[in-house]
Amino acid sequence: MKYREADVIVIGGGPAGLAAAIAAREAGADVLLLERESRLGGILKQCIHDGFGLIRYGEKLSGPEYAQRFIDRFHALGIEAMTETFVTKIEKPQPDGTFCLTASSREGMLLLKSSSLVLATGCRERTARQVFLHGSRPAGIFTAGTAQHLINLQGQMPTRRCVILGSGDIGLIMARRLTLEGAEVVGVYEARPRPSGLVRNLHQCLYDFGIPLHLSTTVTRVFGEERVEAAEVCRVDDRMQPVAGTEERIECDSVILSVGLIPENELAESLGVQMDPATRGPAADSSKMTSVPGVFSCGNSFRVFDLVDDVSEDGEQAGRAAAAWSLSAKGRREAEK
Amino acid sequence: MSKLEKIRKKIQALPEGDAMEVTEERGCIVLRGTVKEWNTAVKAGQLAVDQKRYLGVINDIRLEGFDYEAAAAKGKPSLHDDLLEGASPDVLIIGGGITGCSAARELSRHALSVLLVEKGSDVASGASKANGGVIHVGINFGKNSQKHHYNQIGNAMYRQLSEELDVPLEQKGQVMLCCEKWERIPVWFLRQNGKRLGIPGVRYLKRDELRKVEPEIPDFIDGGMYMPIGGITSPYEMTIALAENAVKNGVRIVFDTAVEEMELEPSCRSGAYGEMKHITCVKTNRGRIYPKVIINAAGVHADEIAEMADDRTFTIHPRRGTDIIMDQKAGHLVRTSMAKAPFSILPQDRAQMASGPAARVRLLIRAFNGSSHTKGVGLIHSVHGNMLIGPNAVETPDREDRNTYRKEVEDIIAMQQKLSPDLSAGDVIAYFTGVRAPTYEEDFVVRKGIFTDNILEAAGIQSPGVTAAPAIGADLAKWACESLENLCGKAVLSNPDFDPVRKAPPRLRELSVEERDALIRENPDYGVIVCRCEEISKGEILDALRSGLCVPTVDGIKRRLRPGMGRCQGGFCQPLVMQIIADFLGVPLSEVRKSTPGSVITFGDTKGGREDEI
Repeated sequence: MKYREADVIVIGGGPAGLAAAIAAREAGADVLLLERESRLGGILKQCIHDGFGLIRYGEKLSGPEYAQRFIDRFHALGIEAMTETFVTKIEKPQPDGTFCLTASSREGMLLLKSSSLVLATGCRERTARQVFLHGSRPAGIFTAGTAQHLINLQGQMPTRRCVILGSGDIGLIMARRLTLEGAEVVGVYEARPRPSGLVRNLHQCLYDFGIPLHLSTTVTRVFGEERVEAAEVCRVDDRMQPVAGTEERIECDSVILSVGLIPENELAESLGVQMDPATRGPAADSSKMTSVPGVFSCGNSFRVFDLVDDVSEDGEQAGRAAAAWSLSAKGRREAEK
Repeated sequence: MSKLEKIRKKIQALPEGDAMEVTEERGCIVLRGTVKEWNTAVKAGQLAVDQKRYLGVINDIRLEGFDYEAAAAKGKPSLHDDLLEGASPDVLIIGGGITGCSAARELSRHALSVLLVEKGSDVASGASKANGGVIHVGINFGKNSQKHHYNQIGNAMYRQLSEELDVPLEQKGQVMLCCEKWERIPVWFLRQNGKRLGIPGVRYLKRDELRKVEPEIPDFIDGGMYMPIGGITSPYEMTIALAENAVKNGVRIVFDTAVEEMELEPSCRSGAYGEMKHITCVKTNRGRIYPKVIINAAGVHADEIAEMADDRTFTIHPRRGTDIIMDQKAGHLVRTSMAKAPFSILPQDRAQMASGPAARVRLLIRAFNGSSHTKGVGLIHSVHGNMLIGPNAVETPDREDRNTYRKEVEDIIAMQQKLSPDLSAGDVIAYFTGVRAPTYEEDFVVRKGIFTDNILEAAGIQSPGVTAAPAIGADLAKWACESLENLCGKAVLSNPDFDPVRKAPPRLRELSVEERDALIRENPDYGVIVCRCEEISKGEILDALRSGLCVPTVDGIKRRLRPGMGRCQGGFCQPLVMQIIADFLGVPLSEVRKSTPGSVITFGDTKGGREDEI
C-alpha cells in the first residue's frame, strides 16, 4: 500500500478543488489533490458552451478553456494530483488533529494523511424519482448532465425529440445544444411560476431558438415500454399540485430533467460535519471551515453556485484557510518537539 | 340448491351480475362475460372459489374498453429469429423468475438437457425483481395451503442456499407491530397458529424489549410479535445466482423468447378426468422447440401458458404492488422487516376509522381469513442497507402494468410516516412496481399436469414466492425426472459434474483495505471507481460481463452490481457503464441497450461524431 502525507489534501479536481489547491500551494503548503476521474476539470470538461470567466477574466471562455487556465497554473506550481483516485474513507481526526484517508486507485489502495482537508466534491443532479416522475421506466429519461456527457464527451445523440423538465441552467443549455445538433426540443416545462436559470440563458438558449417555456407546468408521467414514447405534461397550482383536466400528451423519445442540484456531502457527513439545511451543504465559518476543525468546504459541495467564477473564488478562500490551518498546526507540532 | 347454483346466485347479485355467466367445466368454475368495472370481475372470481369441490376458478370475464391486444403486445419481445428452431431439450422451463431459475438449478443436478426461455432480456425481469425480498415466516397461512407447505420448507433451505450461491441473507426476524394492549389477544391466537404450523421462537415483545430488535419504533407502539425465523434476501440477486449456477451446471438460458403456441396430441395416458393430452411442440418467436417435459413458471402469464397446454384450472388476476426505496441514510429506521398487525389501528387513524367493536371484529376477521392480501404495507431493511417501504396492492387487468402512480406513492409514504415518523419523502431514491400473480384461490398451484401429461405447473406464485422458490424448484425437478423416466422408461442419471457452489465475484467495497489492495495489484481495474454512490469499480463491472450469464445491458449490470441504484440513480455512471459495455462487446455506444432490444439509449453520433477518447 502506498502512503503519502501532505499539509493539505484537496478532494475533487473540479473548479473549486483546483482553485483551492492552487491557493493553498501559493500560501506555502504542500498540497495533494485527489480526483476520481481520469482528467482534471470536473464538470467543466463537458460544458463546451461559453460564458465562463466573464467576471474573473473579462472574457467569454468555454468550460474546458476556463478549467485549462487553472490546470496550467496547477501544474506550473508543481502540485501533485492523483487522478482515478477515489476516497473510500476518512477517519475522524486523530488526537493531534491529523486526518487519515483511504483511497482507491489503479496502483492499489492509498493511505493518506494531512492536517487539513478541503472538500470540493461538487454536486449531483436531482433525479426523476426525486421529482416524483411517474408512469413507466423506459430508456430515454436523462438528467441534463447525463445528456450533456453523452453529447459532448461521447459524441452520442440521446434524443431526436424531447421535452425538458425544469428550467435550470443546464437544462436551458442542453435545449440549445440539442437543437444545434438537430434534435427537436418540444418545450421546456417549469413547475414553478418563474424560470430558475439565468436570464441570459433564457434568451440565448430558448428565445433565440424559438423554444417555448411553459411555466407552472410539469411533466407528470412517462409513457413507453422500451423507449420513451410520450410524456404527459400538466399545469400545477400554486401549491405545485397537478391540476386535473389540464393533462396533455406530448409525443417524444426523451424526457430530460434539469430539476436542481444537490451538494454531494457523503464524505463530510461521514466526518460528522454539521449541515446547513438551507444550502444542503456544510455549515461553515467565514474562513470556510466546517464544524469539524481542519475540514474546509467549497464550491458546489458547499452550496450550489450559479457562476464558476464564484466557485473559483470560494475554492481559493478555502485553500488559503486550509493552508494557514495546516502550517500553524505544523508550527505547533514542531514547537512541541 | 347445488353449490354451483349458490355461486351463480352470489355472483349474479353483484352489480353487473347479469353480464356474467357461471358454468362448471372439467371440474372448474368458469366465469365469462364483459363488465364495466374491473373490481366486479375480481369480486366474481373471489366469490367463485370453492377449493373443496372444484379444481379452481377460470375467470374469463373481460373489462369493457380495455385493449387486451395492446396489453398482450406490451410484454412480447420484438425479436424474431430461428435460434431455437428444432431444439429438443429434455425439459423446457418457461419463465426466468425465481421459480423457473430455482427449478433450472435443481434440474442441473441431473444429466439432462434443460432449456429455460424467458421473454424478458434478463432473469428476474418480472415480480422476482420487484419485491421486498422478505424470507417469510408464514404465520398466517392455512395449514393445508401450498403456501404454508413450500414456505416452511423454503425458509429452512435459505441459509444453505445463500451460502452455496454467495447471496446476502439477513436473518434478523420479522416483526408484527401492535398499538394497543388488547391486540395481544389476537396475537396469542396467531402464535397458536404458529405453533400448529411448526414455526419456532415466536413471541410477543413489549415495547422496551422490542426496541432491542427495532430501536426506532415510536412510543405509541405497545409491542410486537417477533418471529426470529424471518429474514431478508436480495430477490433479484438470488435469481441471478440460481441462474448462473444452473448455467454453470449445463442449463441453457435464452432471453427475449416468448411462448406463442403449443401443439398437442392425444396421450396414451389417462388421468382423473379421462384421456390426457401430450405437448409435442412449443412455438416461440425464436423457433419451434420439441421438449419432452415442460415446466410452466411463467409468473403473471402462467394461466395463458396453462391454457395453451390445455391444462388450465386457474386464473391469474394481476395485482400491482409498488415499493419505495429510501436512501441508505434512512436505513437505520428499520433492522428487520416489520409491519403493523392487520388488525391494529394506528392512533393517527383512530379518528377517521370506524373503531367500534364491530369494525374491530371485521378487521380481525379479515386479518385471519387471509382476505387482507397486503399484510399491511411494511418497512423492510434491505440487504444493501436501504429501507424499502411498501407494497400496496391494486388489482389490474393489465399483466404488464408496471407503471407507478403519484397518488399511490404518496399514500405509501404517508402511511409509513405514521409508523416511522422520521421517514422523509426527501430520502426517496426510487420506486418501482411489480405485478404479482395471484390466483383467486390465493394459493400456489404447484402440481403435475391434470389434463396434459408432460406439463408441470408452478403458478399463482406471489408472496411468499421468494421464500418458497427453492422448495418449489426441488419438487418440480423431482417430478420432471419422474415424468422423463415414465416417458423414456429409463432412469435419469445424476450430473457427475454438478457443483452447487457459485462464488460471487469480489465486492471490493466489502473487503478490508489489505485485501482490496492485493486485488487491485492483480487487476488495476478494481481500483477505478465507476459508480461513486455504491462504490463499484470497473473491474467488478467487467467481472459481471465475463460471468456465465452475461447480460450486457445497463440494467443487467445494475442488477448485478447496483451502479445506478444509489442516490444519483445512474446520473454519473450510466454513460461510463455504457462505455465499458460497448468496449467489452466491441460495438458502438449506440448499440448498448438499457434492457430489452428496443430500449435504445442513444441514436448514434452527433453531427461532428466523436473525436477522441474520454
